[in-house]
Amino acid sequence: MSATTTPRTVNRRDFLKLTGLAGGGFALAFQIRSARGGATSAGGDFRPNAFIRIAASGAVTIVSKQPEMGQGVKTSLPMIIAEQLEVPWSSVTIEQGDFDEKLYGGQSAGGSRSTPNNYDQFHLLGATVRTMLVEAAARTWKVPAAECRAVEGTVVHSSGKKLGYGALAATAATLEVPAKEAVRLKEPKDFKLLGKRIAQVDTPRIVTGQPLFGLDLRVPGMLYAVYEKCPAFGGKVVSANLDFIKTLPGVKDAFILEGNGKVKELNPGVAIIADSTWAAFSARRQLKVTWDEGKVASESWDTFVAEARAKAAGPGQRTLRRDGDVAQALAGAAKKVSAEYVYPFISHANLEPQNTTAHFREGRLELWSPTQVPANGVAMVTRVLNIPADKITLHLTRAGGGFGRRIGTDYLVEAAAIAQRVPAPVKLTWSREDDLRHDQYRPGGLHFLQGGLDAQGRVTAWKNHFFTFGEGGQPGSGGSLSPDEFPGRWIPNFLAEQTMFDTGWPMGPWRAPGSCVFSWVFHSFIDELAHAAGRDPLEFRLELLGTRDEMPAGGGGGGKGKQGGGYSVARMRNILKFTAEKAGWGKKKFARGSGAGIAFHFSHQGYFAQVAEVTVSKDGQVKVDRFVTGGDVGRQIVNLSGAENQVEGSVVDGLGTLLTQELNIERGRVVQGNFHEYPLIRITDSPAKIETHFLSTDHPTTGIGEPAIPPVAPAVCNAIFAATGKRVRQMPLSRVDLRWS
Amino acid sequence: MKYSLTVNGANRTVDVAPDTPLLWVLRDHLELTGTKFGCGIGQCGACTVHLNGVPTRACMTPVSTVGRMKVTTIEGLAPAAGKLHPLQQAWTELDVAQCGYCQPGQLMTAAALLRDNPKPTDEDIDGALAGNICRCGTYTRIRQGIKRAAELTAGGKEAAR
Ligand code: FES
Ligand code: FES
Repeated sequence: MSATTTPRTVNRRDFLKLTGLAGGGFALAFQIRSARGGATSAGGDFRPNAFIRIAASGAVTIVSKQPEMGQGVKTSLPMIIAEQLEVPWSSVTIEQGDFDEKLYGGQSAGGSRSTPNNYDQFHLLGATVRTMLVEAAARTWKVPAAECRAVEGTVVHSSGKKLGYGALAATAATLEVPAKEAVRLKEPKDFKLLGKRIAQVDTPRIVTGQPLFGLDLRVPGMLYAVYEKCPAFGGKVVSANLDFIKTLPGVKDAFILEGNGKVKELNPGVAIIADSTWAAFSARRQLKVTWDEGKVASESWDTFVAEARAKAAGPGQRTLRRDGDVAQALAGAAKKVSAEYVYPFISHANLEPQNTTAHFREGRLELWSPTQVPANGVAMVTRVLNIPADKITLHLTRAGGGFGRRIGTDYLVEAAAIAQRVPAPVKLTWSREDDLRHDQYRPGGLHFLQGGLDAQGRVTAWKNHFFTFGEGGQPGSGGSLSPDEFPGRWIPNFLAEQTMFDTGWPMGPWRAPGSCVFSWVFHSFIDELAHAAGRDPLEFRLELLGTRDEMPAGGGGGGKGKQGGGYSVARMRNILKFTAEKAGWGKKKFARGSGAGIAFHFSHQGYFAQVAEVTVSKDGQVKVDRFVTGGDVGRQIVNLSGAENQVEGSVVDGLGTLLTQELNIERGRVVQGNFHEYPLIRITDSPAKIETHFLSTDHPTTGIGEPAIPPVAPAVCNAIFAATGKRVRQMPLSRVDLRWS
Repeated sequence: MKYSLTVNGANRTVDVAPDTPLLWVLRDHLELTGTKFGCGIGQCGACTVHLNGVPTRACMTPVSTVGRMKVTTIEGLAPAAGKLHPLQQAWTELDVAQCGYCQPGQLMTAAALLRDNPKPTDEDIDGALAGNICRCGTYTRIRQGIKRAAELTAGGKEAAR
């Protein structure tokens, strides 16, 4: 045995020190076997940690802890483990883990954080287990581990001897977990899986229609619930015709829930419980409720817009950033441009309506939910319904779209509250109308902008009075403008002011919160300035970015964050040039009615630039002929197919919101109820060609669910201007007259 | 009311209200949850099934109107157990789905298109699939997927010759 290198073992405290994991999730995961008194199960499996299981048969199971909503994380993160574990992907089975942050570490999927938060640790997880398997082989053969290496699910000795992982499982299970220093990570040049195009692991179930989503869930004895809330946000139930409802076919019960007074938690409403979804839907059509709408019923979008216009020239409630002297710079400008930009509230509109199945019995609650942030759901149930967290089991189902909507867990707490009153498992299904009218919306906003150019066509002044919407005295998610948001810090005389309308309207994160709308407004207005200066829009932007490589955070109170903050100007410049080159910027001649537009944005640690080529027909119909994206998300694309899919989806999503999406909020309620009133983009409006290019740079790998969407809308609108000379200053496009002759 | 239906080649009997949409009969009563609920008003196409081969919105089809028509759902799209339809194969090859929720509907609509038009152009595809919303924006891959399935089908026919 003396010839065998025995990796130094570490206790849990050392491990925490070594990995610097404050949450300790992975450390705990490594500890599982001691907690269970051994890494082997009765079946002889090797379970070195919570994520990996190797059976004596050689079958490898990897547990995916993150919620899957179409971002592909159930495939991409396990790919990292499989790569380092050195197992063929085809031999791996992926299992969705339940919510258990003590076991797995953080399980939130939002803010494009799943990849950066787990990337390094997942490499280490896989590599650690591979090291143990190699060690097991070395001990079996009584040879130095250095003479052995792992190849495709086997360990091979320099003499040519071979043992499969399955055969090594039992021995490996007796070994201590090696310290990080004793684990050698596979080098990127040796990667076989990472960077390849791998189909999502759920594909076979998706294409054959097997149960997978929250709404597909079935529990024996299950009943079906609908929940009617006040059309005006947060309104209370005064009375309802419950006795009549209870007489309807299939109805088992009907009752009122009071709610907890918070519009993003448990709203007051009427629950109908029935023996089928249709029985519940049908009974609901006969439900008559008297509501107390409260003061929200005095709040309408149109009134706020009129008020904003009246106050635009005055001072804002708050100064977000002030550099130099804007008034003086504008007065002395060779050219001035001013514009009003406005965008409406929009909905997430996940195609799978919100739902959750809940079973409450003997003080314990079992939940099955498509949620992005399960911890929020459990915390909310505990807070609102007084069920201790250790009495709650939460199973994560695949979600039919996330986009930030399922960070909110109002629907989950509704199901839990209903289940407390029902002596059976119960599935709560929202209708499309519930979904559109009780979303947590992307806030609308208005920007009143003034820009000044000097005689050389350089930007000298930028003034913005931004009107945003808030709830409870704070701007809604995505409704607060960072003082560091581009082009803050780049223009010598800069003033950003904010006025907020406080409302009772629920708002929440919508894919790249803030970034989407600010990028649209600012890159459109930069384009206006470029054209006013008679300059090429790309060259104008490159000049604006300047020659420095880093722009530090701050100066106006902005911190490191998703928007603004510390900014690598060099990366942005490079990706802008890279994308322009891929698109052939400036090389194409366009006929009148066609043109190209460019924009860039930094958010969620990702640097993205995009070029749109559009054709606008004489009757004003816009067609995107080609859309080119360049993205820098660091060193390594994990799953190339998944990454490209996220970018393609972002392009379509960014275009879709621009084309048609708009909610009217009148008297505290959303007017639109279903897709005939709130049209989503269809295949007919999808770009004819979408090209995606990644630039690998020597930086940590970051996420890709969000940063590709912000420059989409401005690139398209700038292309529309190039094609027609018409500047789009209002979303959605369906409200803008783009006819030309 | 009792209804006797032919679903994916099998006889199935259900006892439901006559106005129950086929969508909910499939999902709640026959445990075929591949057919999805997206809007309930015929706007999104997530509930697309075939009735005698014709793509139909199951959310707008009361069970009482189905009669003897043959119902085919996504669970019955594959030609045989353990086999995939060329579209399902193409969808896997090209990793078409994101969340996947719309895809059963997309596949059912695409299957009828390919049967009637074995070599569809982008325009044909857009025309046929215009009723199917994909919130995740997988339209580019849907176009590619249908074309790939057309190739696979043509290749299969050639091989059989
Ligand atoms: S659910 Fe039938 S078309 Fe949307
Ligand atoms: S893949 Fe999500 S709706 Fe189409």
